[in-house]
Parts: sequence; structure tokens; C-alpha cells
Amino acid sequence: MTDKCTGCAESQEKAKELQKIIAKYKDTRGALIPVLHEAQEVYGYLPLEVQREIANQLDIPLAEVYGVVSFYTQFSINPKGKYRINVCMGTACYVKGANEILDKFRTRLSVDVGECTDDQKFSLDACRCIGACGLAPVVTINDEVYGKLVPDDVDDILDKYEEL
Amino acid sequence: MIKSIADISKIRESKRADMMIRVDKDAEPTKEGGRMHIMVCGGTGCTSSSSMKIIENLEELIRINKMQDDVKVVKTGCFGLCAEGPIVMIYPDHIMYTTVQPEDVSEIFESHVQKGEIVKRLLAGDKTAEEITNALDNVEFFSRQMRVALRNCGAINPEEIDEYIARDGYLALEKVITEMEPEDVIDTIKASQLRGRGGAGFPTGTKWSFAAAQQVAQKYVCCNADEGDPGAFMDRSVLEGDPHSLIEAMAIAGYAIGANQGYVYVRAEYPIAVERLSIAIEQAKAYGLIGKDIFGKGFDFDLEIRLGAGAFVCGEETALMTSVEGKRGEPRPRPPFPAVKGLFGQPTILNNVETYANVPVIILKGADWFANIGTEKSKGTKVFAVGGKINNTGLVEIPMGTTLREIVYDIGGGIPNGKQFKAAQTGGPSGGCIPASELDTPIDYESLIALGSMMGSGGLIVMDEDTCMVDLARFFLEFTVDESCGKCPPCRIGTKRMLEIVTRITEGKGTMEDLDKLEVLAKNIKASALCGLGQTAPNPVLSTMKYFRDEYIAHVVDKKCPAGVCKSMVKYIIDTDTCKRCSICKKGCPTQCISGDKNTPFSIDQDKCVKCGLCMEKCPFKAILKNA
Amino acid sequence: MNKVHITIDGIKLYVPENYTILEAAKEVNITIPTLCFLKDVNEVGCCRMCVVEVKGARALQAACVHPVSEGMEVFTHTPKVMEARKVNLELILSNHNSMCQTCTRSWMDCELQSLANKLSVDNVRFEGEQKKQPLDIGVSIVRDPNKCILCRRCVSACKNIQTVGVIDCVNRGFETKIAAPFNLSLADTPCVNCGQCINYCPVGALHEKSDIDKVWEAIYDPDKHVVVQTAPAVRVALGEDFEMPIGTPVTGKMVTALRMLGFDKVFDTDTGADLTIMEEGAELIDRIRGGGTLPLITSCSPGWIKFCEHNFPDMLDHLSSCKSPHQMFGAVLKTYYAQKEGIDPDKIFVVSVMPCTAKKFEAARPEMNVDGRADVDVVLTTRELGKMIYDVGIDFPDLGDSDFDDPFGNASGAGVIFGTTGGVMEAALRTVADILNDSSADNFEYEEVRGLEGIKIATIEIADLKVRAAVAHGLGNARKLMDAIRSGEEFHFVEIMACPGGCINGGGQPLQLSDVRNWIDVREERAKGLYKEDRATYIRKSHNNPAVKKLYKEFLGMAGGKKSHDLLHTHYHERPNYEE
Repeated sequence: MTDKCTGCAESQEKAKELQKIIAKYKDTRGALIPVLHEAQEVYGYLPLEVQREIANQLDIPLAEVYGVVSFYTQFSINPKGKYRINVCMGTACYVKGANEILDKFRTRLSVDVGECTDDQKFSLDACRCIGACGLAPVVTINDEVYGKLVPDDVDDILDKYEEL
Repeated sequence: MIKSIADISKIRESKRADMMIRVDKDAEPTKEGGRMHIMVCGGTGCTSSSSMKIIENLEELIRINKMQDDVKVVKTGCFGLCAEGPIVMIYPDHIMYTTVQPEDVSEIFESHVQKGEIVKRLLAGDKTAEEITNALDNVEFFSRQMRVALRNCGAINPEEIDEYIARDGYLALEKVITEMEPEDVIDTIKASQLRGRGGAGFPTGTKWSFAAAQQVAQKYVCCNADEGDPGAFMDRSVLEGDPHSLIEAMAIAGYAIGANQGYVYVRAEYPIAVERLSIAIEQAKAYGLIGKDIFGKGFDFDLEIRLGAGAFVCGEETALMTSVEGKRGEPRPRPPFPAVKGLFGQPTILNNVETYANVPVIILKGADWFANIGTEKSKGTKVFAVGGKINNTGLVEIPMGTTLREIVYDIGGGIPNGKQFKAAQTGGPSGGCIPASELDTPIDYESLIALGSMMGSGGLIVMDEDTCMVDLARFFLEFTVDESCGKCPPCRIGTKRMLEIVTRITEGKGTMEDLDKLEVLAKNIKASALCGLGQTAPNPVLSTMKYFRDEYIAHVVDKKCPAGVCKSMVKYIIDTDTCKRCSICKKGCPTQCISGDKNTPFSIDQDKCVKCGLCMEKCPFKAILKNA
Repeated sequence: MNKVHITIDGIKLYVPENYTILEAAKEVNITIPTLCFLKDVNEVGCCRMCVVEVKGARALQAACVHPVSEGMEVFTHTPKVMEARKVNLELILSNHNSMCQTCTRSWMDCELQSLANKLSVDNVRFEGEQKKQPLDIGVSIVRDPNKCILCRRCVSACKNIQTVGVIDCVNRGFETKIAAPFNLSLADTPCVNCGQCINYCPVGALHEKSDIDKVWEAIYDPDKHVVVQTAPAVRVALGEDFEMPIGTPVTGKMVTALRMLGFDKVFDTDTGADLTIMEEGAELIDRIRGGGTLPLITSCSPGWIKFCEHNFPDMLDHLSSCKSPHQMFGAVLKTYYAQKEGIDPDKIFVVSVMPCTAKKFEAARPEMNVDGRADVDVVLTTRELGKMIYDVGIDFPDLGDSDFDDPFGNASGAGVIFGTTGGVMEAALRTVADILNDSSADNFEYEEVRGLEGIKIATIEIADLKVRAAVAHGLGNARKLMDAIRSGEEFHFVEIMACPGGCINGGGQPLQLSDVRNWIDVREERAKGLYKEDRATYIRKSHNNPAVKKLYKEFLGMAGGKKSHDLLHTHYHERPNYEE
């Protein structure tokens, strides 16, 4: 297990959650993707042991499960940061300077897109249009949406989270 | 649980009376409905700008003043005018406030709610208007629209099924199930000439008739709510503002083709939409409007939500079905077409949200009514998500055949900062650019195709003189390369090669031969890619090359980016005459590439400069120039 | 079947409505080029090589999967079609490691290269980034992702036909590749080394791990007594490496060639097969009479064994404890033969030529030894033997015939048919019937267990016994049969072969390209060759093989006895699926 505390209560709790999720979808056709979504909710990402469990129980080869996970950008095999930053790269945001916003996050956090800061606090991703084009350029951090941004706003936003 | 037509009619009548003040200023308030409705936009856009806080503050004030029975706060879906959000609309006064902040709430409450005095500074549209009979008439953005698909967005609380029912909701389903044969439904849709709003514009009724003709027990009705075109968000708005219209339409489709199971495939990136749709499905189930034996007439219809997981290609119908089946969302060759062999190998119809949203209206108002709107081959209205370099970004619904000029200038309020319109991009990564010379073309399916673009799902991104068309082509190619499923070589490798070439051009390393190669590749990908998305992937390049070839030539031959966007061709220089040697630029430069002091003139080391533009931004004397 | 009228390049034809355009075109002698298409295995229409113009369709259509329909008009060589095929091939080549000279497929045909020739690709116009990925080198199989063209045939073979599913498409777009989950090496997955992926690979992205060098080293080592044994299926396929018709028996030429290569002795694994029948037959009778675990399931196929260890660990006691024929024979060579010939067993180097890649893994299993000596030192595939013969310049088709060496000589016809599905079953039935009836039957061709039906079930009356027999080939069929047994279906004896068709279609056999496989069932042709050989043999039952009789008399004692158990039997163990 990559999870550091195999025996600890938290990990057992998660395993129990996973079993519940699988049980819920066991008889649903095309269950894999809903199960992966919910498993990722629980674990934050989809490590080998989680995918293996899902593969076994849904009777799908692990290679296929992994193929599905690697196909969709919403699924991750790496842990994400406590605060998941998504910079919208939709057309409206792009023509309004989303690139500069992304660059600003990159330099300020010293991480590249798809990476997580060393302290696991922030992970940075570029995402597809989230449909908040009226507020372009837009960034989401977990469930918070920040719109009409200019590069200078990035510092203020991050400062807020640094303090949390 | 609704057991009979009478049950639902009762709900409709009583709720309609409660909501009458939203339609008729002089309507008699009901005990349940209260005398004033404050509608606050709860769409994604406005929610992002604290509209939930506005609701909270309003409710707090109402409670403190014990006006709960009198004044109702209604959380609605998107009004469309996202640029001016959060939006608050007050009935029966028909007053719309824009860019309302949580701190404005007390003023609205004290003057408008309590004293009936309009807060003019927050008024939408003409702030000097003396008398307002209808807020929407006061705002050109709304007055030119015709809302069919968006009819309930902003008008009802989407989490309240009774409000939908009050506005003739589920009346079409009732009519279909109790009065019509499945083939009558299909004939009506065919006669309306409704075409798919999500892509190529295939006639909806014809699609339904193919699936209806299949003699098998298990069929499916699917909804494509995986709105992937960057810049398009009309489907999200319908889901957030009027989810029941989708549910009702899918049940009608199920009745028409003989399916009793539906799937809505929604982007996981749309949490609010997913939540409202889930609530709506639960409510419809609880009322028995979907489920077993609807209206006691023996028709069953069930609906499930499936979340997408971040793959643009899943907007392609066969890929979407593969994804619902739990696999990699890769398209499969057609034939067999989904209407014959679709989801889980069974006959399946797939339409997008906006297409479905039109269906109940067509059933109620008749095919002729619908077919009278629009152009010869494109009937009805179309919702556009207008964005980019335009004043009124947001959602607009207009009759087919409206010109681009009307959308951009009359409804969209023109280009900000007095800049020039350069082009509008429609159809997302499958579409193309429409240049200024075509501003007066009436927009419909055929005219857009003729221009080398397409309707797509209705994203309309406006570009001004600061947009580099080569860079824009590169942006879309980057998108396509990222989102290619990888199944066929033309798309998997071909778009990658196109991106490499266009990137070379934006870096000033392109050759004229590269332009020829781009054309060869584009032509071939169009001809031989496996799916519709692959086949249309070259469109952004082809259309920019068609209308803006001079920009490509400028990049290739003169090594210049006329719009000053392509960084490697941009040069920042210091105008030593204007420069006051204040050193501000030098301090701010992230790569320390600026030299100079009080005695020596300032200059930029071009080799070290990363073209971030910070110096130009910081210079108080405008002594730094961007030289394209 | 209803028929429809269509037109291809102006030629009118009337074809069954379930035809694809590809099949219809073949009727009028047009072979549309294909790359990803492999009939019944991979029908996905992804490579876009077979595109044609269909009147009325907006884009070009894939002929391999596009069904014909009434009134359809097809054009197979318009400029648009030809250009599209060419550009798409150039695109594939632009992301392919084209070091053809050092590729395993430079000897055998490469489908990509033939296509480039066929489409007159004289230049790759669209160069760009190429993905560089590390090779995965296992005991049996080597994967070179840099040669992979993403046709997905291997994935279909592994997942759909074999239901092993250890490789799949990973990532998307330009980053797409075929890989095991989490980019593990195949060695760390439940891969069974069957090599079906290799059989279907159109290019050099999959091939066996070559052990040719080890064999040459042994041959040229004066201290080594190098003995080679050849499996039954090799003799009906080896000729294909030298452009002889599919399924031609070349046993005599093969023996001649092996001598010319410098092997000290050339033996026939069929002897091992006869020995296997003696042991397995005894085991079967013992289990039936003694109330042992039934059904008894064959253990000749190492791909099947590993599959069972991964997927049916609860059913391992059904497996016959018999080693596979070449392992048995190896053990005999290093004991009985060594003793008899007075050779130090440490100096005996046993090479097995097998139609199989899994045998490489099997020979390396730690259980497969006697007194610490590996039963078999090196396993070569049929292809590798072909390559050795080719490399030294032997004109194989022109060789004369030779016989296998003494003291084992030629084996029985029952041993020969081991190479095809149903063969082990039939060989066993021939012997078990004679033993139980205590007579010698004249009718011993069991048609009911022959042929390419995925699962064959038969009840055979022997003495007072109704023997319920089942035969499965291909692991997908094996899985189905095992599930049935697990849920209570009763059999006495079950034969399972990992590869579809049995060893004749093993992962180590000469490659037959898709333009052959799409139109001819290679398995059928090779099986015909084996049955022909069987009929041509003088002795057709294992228990009548004189060398085997002698072996028991002089050395082993009785079948299933103590000595047999020490030398010829083995055990199995559960294997985890992806290390816990």
C-alpha cells in the first residue's frame, strides 16, 4: 500500500467507503466511471490498490480500468494538493489572458501544470471551459470560483490560502 | 404523487396564481405567493460573484422585518447577462438590478422593498429611465431576444417543480401521453423542422423516426450535456435554470421512440447543474411524472445521470455512448448508427440539452408555430454564448437568421475600449472564424458551413484587433491535440503535426512550404478521420488561413505578428527620449535584462528578455514600446 | 442470407448483405489495403488505411467495417482515397522507429513496410516529435513501444480472445500507447506469456525474447552434448518460414536441418507426449477409480497453467500433476538417457524447439528440474529455429529427409496430434480405451473432439464408463469452461490449450500476416498437416511406442509410480494478480 498508515482507522474507513460505493453500483450497467468518480472523492486520487479493488470487484481487467482512468482528465493517479487550482483555458478565458494568469500561478508556486507543491498544499491544473465565460478569465480553487482576474490578483488569492 | 391529470392541473392552477405577479403587475397577490418576488440569479456565473450571499442577506432582512409572508426570495437560473452579474429582478415591479454586491442588499431592501423606490444606480440598462413597465424592455440585450429554449431561465426557481408546472410544465408530456400516438409525436417534431442544436444540425424528428422503426424491446434516450466546446454554456444554463424542461422532453422522446430508460451525460465540471438536475429528477419521480405508469397510461420512463470525466471527444455521439458504457470515450465507426445500434448495442437517440428544451414548446404551440421562426432551412431560435472581446458577454437566444452584426453590436453592445471587430469564432474547435466582411450574413446552419465554420453548440467568441489569428489557430489545435482520443492516425498524429507547424510559425520559424503542408494535412484529416470531431479539427486552421492568410504570411515572411501576440516576434524597446531613467522597469524585471542608470541610457537585453511585458505595464512614462 | 446490389469502381455485383466493403471488393479481385483489421480479432476501423469513397457519405469510410447496402456505390482508388491512405501512412511512419535493418521484422514480413511499398510512400513529409519509450524485456516476450503503431490487435487478442487483458490503450491523443496498468512490466502482471499478441502484431513491436545466442554458444562448446527436441506443431509450420504452403509437414527436412546446425542429437518431443499420455492416462484412471478430484485437466500448455494459477487458484488440484511433454522429456534426457549413453548429465544441454513463447517461462520455473538440473536449458520458438536455419544459409525447402535419433526414434501418431486442439484428449482416449477395455481398438479417431469449435463436449463410452470429456482452446473459452465446472458441470477429463487452435497457432509459430489470416484459417491448414502425419505413422497409440515401453521397463517402472513422480510430475501454486 502506498498509503502510509495501512492499519490506521482512516485508511480502514476509506476502504469501507470504497466497498459501499462498489456495492451501490455493482448491478448498474457501465458502473466503472461512476465508481471511479466516487472512489476519487474518497481517496483524492486513484492509486493502484484502489483501481485493483475496483477491477476485481467489477470483473474488469485492471489494464482496462487504468486505460479508462488515463483517458479522462478528471481522474488522477497522483495525489492532488489540499487546494486544487484550476485555471480555465476555455476560448473566452484564453482571449482574455488566461495564459498570463496561469504563468503567474506557475512562477508564484514554482510548479508546472499537473504538479503539486512540495508541501502538498496546492496543485495546479489548466482545465477546459467551465462555462463561466461571462467572468473570463476564471480560476477555481476547490469549489470557489474567481472571475475577471488580472495577474496581480493571483498574489492576493494565494496569500489568502497560505494563511488558512 | 400525481395520480391523475386532475391532480397536476390543481397544482398548476394554484401555483400559477401565486406566480401571477411575475407576469401581471396588477395581479392580485395570493396568500401563499406573497406580494413581491425577488429573483436572484443562482447560475454559475452569478454564484461565483456571491449571489448566494445576496440571497442570504435578503432573507435575513426579510426575517428581521417579519415580511416572510409578503416578500419571497427566489433563486433562479441564469438570466444570460453574465457580464453584469449578479442579477436581481424584482416583481411585480419588473425592475432589474445588475452587478449587485452583497453590500447593496440593504439599500435595495430599504428603498425598493420597503418604500417602493427604485435604486437607480443599480438599474439594468438605461439608468435614467423615468418609468419602467418592463425591465427587459429597458435593456437592449434582452429586448432583441426571443426566448424559447431559455423560456424559464431566470423566471422560475429550478429547484421547485411546482413553479415549472405552473408555467405549463409537463403539460406537453400530458398531451403526448394522453392524446397522441408515438408516430404523431415524431410527425410533429419532423414538421417543426427542429434540428440538432449541438453539432451538425441533423433533423431531430428524422433521427427519432429511425430509432422508432427498430423493432426491439430495449431502446434508450440519451441527452448530451457534456458541453465541451470552450465558450459555450447554454446547456449548463438550461440545466441550472430549467432542468424539468429536459426531463419532460426526454420522457416525450422515450414515448415517441418506445424507450423507457434515459441517460443524461453531464460534465462533471458543472456541479450546480448536476445538483439541480438531480433534485429535479427526484421531484419528478416523487410526483410520478417519470417512473412507472405515468399518468396511469401505462408508459414507464426512468432517467439516470452519468457524469462525464473530462474528455471533449465524449461530445461525439458514439464516444458518449461508449463512455456511458464505462469505457474509454472513443468514437466508433458509423454505420451502424446509434439509432440502430447505440448504447449497450440497442437503438438509441441522442440529442443535446438545447434541442430537448425546444421539444415541450413545439408540442404545446405546434409545429407550425416553430417552423415559422427562423430561415428556410433553419427553424426556431438558437442560443449563443457570446464571449471574448465584447461588452455584454452572456447568453442570448435569437431567431435563426439574425445577423452577426445584430448579435455583436445591438445585443452584445459592441467591442470594449473602442477597438475594432476582427472576427467571431463559432463552433468551437470544430468551427471557424467569421471575418468582419461577413458581419451581415444571417446566421443559420447553412450559412455558417458556407463560411467554413459551423453552428456547433453555439459558442460565439468575439475577437478584436489584439487577437492574433495564427495564435488562435494554434490555441484550437492545442485543444484538439489534447482532446484527441488517439484512436485514428489522422487525428492522433495529424493534428499534432499541424500544431507543430503552426507553433513553428508563431515562433517565427515557419516557411511557405509549411503553409502547403498545413493544407495537405488539413484536407486529409477532414477526409479520413474516424469521427466528426476529427474531421472538423482542421477547421480553425483552414478558416483562419482562408480569411487571414496575410497574417500567416506576415509571420512566415516578415517574421512579424501584426497583433503583437506571438511572443518570440515581439520586441520591447525603451524609447530613450521619453525615458526618465527612474529605474522602475529595472526593479520589476523578472530576468534582470534591463540595464542603465542615472547616467547611462536604459536598454533591454533582447536575448534575456522573456517578453512578459511587466516593464511596459510598470513604466509611469509610457517609455517602453512593444514592437511587433 | 439476403443479397444486395452494389457497385465497386463501376463493377456491379450482388453480394450477401452482411458483407463489408472489404469483403465485397475481394469478390471482384480488389484487395483494399488494411493495417489494423484482423478478421474476428480486431474490427475497429481505426487505422484509416482501408478508406474508400462511398457515394453520398461526407467523409471517407473504412472498408473493413463498413457494411454494404442496397444501391451503394464505392470507389476504391480515387485521388482523394489514394492521398488519404498515403498521408495517413506517412503520419504513422513519422511516429515510428524506422530502424528497419535492426528490426525483427526485417526477416519476416513487416506489414507496415509492405504498405509503404504498396502505397508508394517515397518520402515522409510530416516529421515531428517521436515518443521515446523504454523497452519491456521479459522472459518470453519483448515489447518495443517505439515500433508500435497502435493498431490494437494485441489488445484485442489479449483482452477479448484470451481474456487475460494485461495490456490496453493508455492515455489519449498523441500520448496514447499500449501498456500494462501503471506502466508495469508484463512480468509483474498476470500475463501468461501465450504470445498471441506477437502473432497478430503487424510490426516489430512485439516479439519473443531471443535465445538463439545461447544455443549457438552451447553448440560451439566442445564440452557440451547439445540435444534438441521438437514439438509436434513445429513440423507443420516451420516450412512457412521458407515460403512453403501453410501446414506443409516438413519433419524430415527439419531433422536434417537440425543436424546441419550442429546439434548432437535430434529427438522428437512426441516421445515426451507419449510419455505424458502414459502418466496422465494413469492419473485419470486412478482418479476415476479412486474417487480423486475430477475433472482431471491437462497441464501441457504453460500459458494455460499460469492462467489457472492467476484466475482459478481454487481449482489447481484439478490440474494433472504431469509436467508438459518437453519438460518430461528433458528430465528423461538428463537421467535415463545420460545413464544409458554414459554422459555426464551436467554436460547435457537440452534445447526445446516449441511453437510457444510460454514454454520459455515454463522452462525457467524453479520446479522444473531434477536434482537441481533444469529439465530444459533453452526454449526456442519455431520462428527462432527458422531464423537460425536462415542465418546459416541452409536452403531448407531443398533438404532431404532424415529420421529422429535413437534411442527414442520416431514416436506415435497420438504424440503428433498433441499439436492441435483436441489432440491430447484424443491421444489419451486412444490409450485409456485400450487399457480399460484390455484390448486394442481399431476405431480410435475421435472426430467429436476435433475441429475449431471453441468448446467441444463429448461423452465417450469406454468399457462400463461414460467418459464426459470437454476440450477448450483459447483462454477465453477456457475461462468459460472453468466457470461452468466451478458452478457444478461435471466432466471426467478436460483438455485446455491456451492458444486458439492449440499449439499449431502458438505464440512462437511463423507469422502469418493479416492479408493471409483475413482470408484463410491458418489453424485449419496446420491441423490438417498434423492429422495427415498421424495417419502416416505406423504406431498411432502412445502405449504402443516401443521406446516408451522400453523406458518404463528399463528405468521408470510403472506409470504413475514413484520414479515417475520424482521426474515427470510437478506442482502448481496460486499467483497474485498485481502484487499485493
